Amino acid sequence: MKAIWSITKKELLSYFTSPIAYIIISIFILLSGFFFYSLVWWFNSQAMQMAQNPYYYQQVNINQMVFAPLFHNLSVVLLLMLPLLSMRLFSEEKKMGTEELLFTSPLSVGQIILGKYLASLIVLFFMLFLSAIPTLFTFIYGNPEPLPYLLGYLGLFLLGAAFLGLGVFWSSITENQIVSAVLTFGTLLLFWVLSWAAYSARGLWQDVLNYLSFFEHFDGMTKGILDTSDLVYYLSFAFFGLFLTYSVIQSRRWR
Amino acid sequence: MIETENLTKKYGDLVAIKELSFKVEKGKIWGLLGPNAAGKTTTMRILTGYLPATEGRAVVAGYDVFEQAEAVKQSIGYLPETVPLYPEMTVESYLGFVAEIKKVPKSQKKAAIERTVEIAGLKSVRKRLIKNISRGYRQRVGIAQAIIHNPQVIILDEPTIGLDPAQIVEIRQLIRSLKEEHTVMLSTHILAEVTQVCDGVVIINEGKLMASGSLEELTKAYKEKEGLYLRLKKADNEVLNLFRQLPGIEKADLEGSEIKLEWSKGKDLREQVVRLCLEKQLGLLEMRSTAINIEELYLRIVSGGMEQ
Repeated sequence: MKAIWSITKKELLSYFTSPIAYIIISIFILLSGFFFYSLVWWFNSQAMQMAQNPYYYQQVNINQMVFAPLFHNLSVVLLLMLPLLSMRLFSEEKKMGTEELLFTSPLSVGQIILGKYLASLIVLFFMLFLSAIPTLFTFIYGNPEPLPYLLGYLGLFLLGAAFLGLGVFWSSITENQIVSAVLTFGTLLLFWVLSWAAYSARGLWQDVLNYLSFFEHFDGMTKGILDTSDLVYYLSFAFFGLFLTYSVIQSRRWR
Repeated sequence: MIETENLTKKYGDLVAIKELSFKVEKGKIWGLLGPNAAGKTTTMRILTGYLPATEGRAVVAGYDVFEQAEAVKQSIGYLPETVPLYPEMTVESYLGFVAEIKKVPKSQKKAAIERTVEIAGLKSVRKRLIKNISRGYRQRVGIAQAIIHNPQVIILDEPTIGLDPAQIVEIRQLIRSLKEEHTVMLSTHILAEVTQVCDGVVIINEGKLMASGSLEELTKAYKEKEGLYLRLKKADNEVLNLFRQLPGIEKADLEGSEIKLEWSKGKDLREQVVRLCLEKQLGLLEMRSTAINIEELYLRIVSGGMEQ
């Protein structure tokens, strides 16, 4: 664990000594703030109109009307931005030749991968945490249900963790950071649109495609439903990415 | 300290090194010598556990490189050809990071950094970012990261490449100073470096072992003739003839302003030569042995393919 942590510390240092982490985090906060602001604005005007009719007034729900769409928007932003966070993890080491230092140290390949992955998760956590601060004010001025709210953020974190797992894999393939980012982005997009393909598919195929799609699993969480199959999906997706990374690094050395 | 047995590495169809067997003793500086693309880097990468060999085995510091990889990595310090540096770190934080991944106990980490900074002469740059220090200092940081965990064996891949002459002298001094506590193996294709720094050599060419041993042994084994260079006040045919008449001298020739004398291996005619010079009052100014001439030795070994 100590070994993993020393890699993590080093990665965090290089994230925050280069502009990349600052830019990604600030843009994310900015976008998140904008979405939140406009959703609240829209919610206000809707709530005002609905207040005139007692039937509709019961339907007013800040979780459904503000947070669910916010989480959906943020999930797309994550898809666009996280490949930039993971792209340098292994490709930079390869390009700079520092890979030789890591792989001739007494650390195992697994420890190195986990250390790097953990660092990207910490940045992700930090990013979500900062973006969540403004939304906390809804608890002062309104009464949203805390559980779906927390589950939504948990869902975003898990979704991001899956994205990053895949990103780590692509960065171990190439020494070019842009190639790594584009490949990650392309793969994520593919998994995103699988649910569109699922519309036209029938029977078993429809189930399979729906299961594979990122966002089908995300829906439930924004509504406050925690399904273990969603958890398993994201965790196994992340694990799969890391496992592929491990195989790539090992096989490259044996070739 | 380092021992290989039939070490072979293939990249697809390309054979990088072939049935390499050599032995390196403890506490000396060994040069791994060979022309470009001879397999030096591949050999070093296998010894450090970065690459696995296709066949054969290697033992470093008593551990098998393939079966006890972690123990081997713990007892090796390695400077790859491209110095593995993180430009955004300071020298000190970089050394701290390397100490951590080389599993230096936390209580000794500070002392290890101090010691290494001292040995590698990095005091003046320790707080600076690596991207802002000169090439010579970067090379020193590279050597510093290789010795931070006080390994038994230090492997340096072309440690002086790309440096200016003054820096080369400094780095060579640094490497020589490591000899007392560590076994050092360095690769190079600069012959002068070997005579100046190393105690022994392993010569490889096209992935095959050509020769290995201490420099003296090798020169003795490969030299057919022994001889002297003489600088005299007067050097002409008359003088040459005087030497040619001396029993045992096989060749006496003029090379520039110097006279080169040769006799067959095993004899020692130096005394007779001096006596002759004094008796005939030839005005002896300078005299040196033709002994170690690494260029000649190397060319003979690499092109001749003689094996020991």
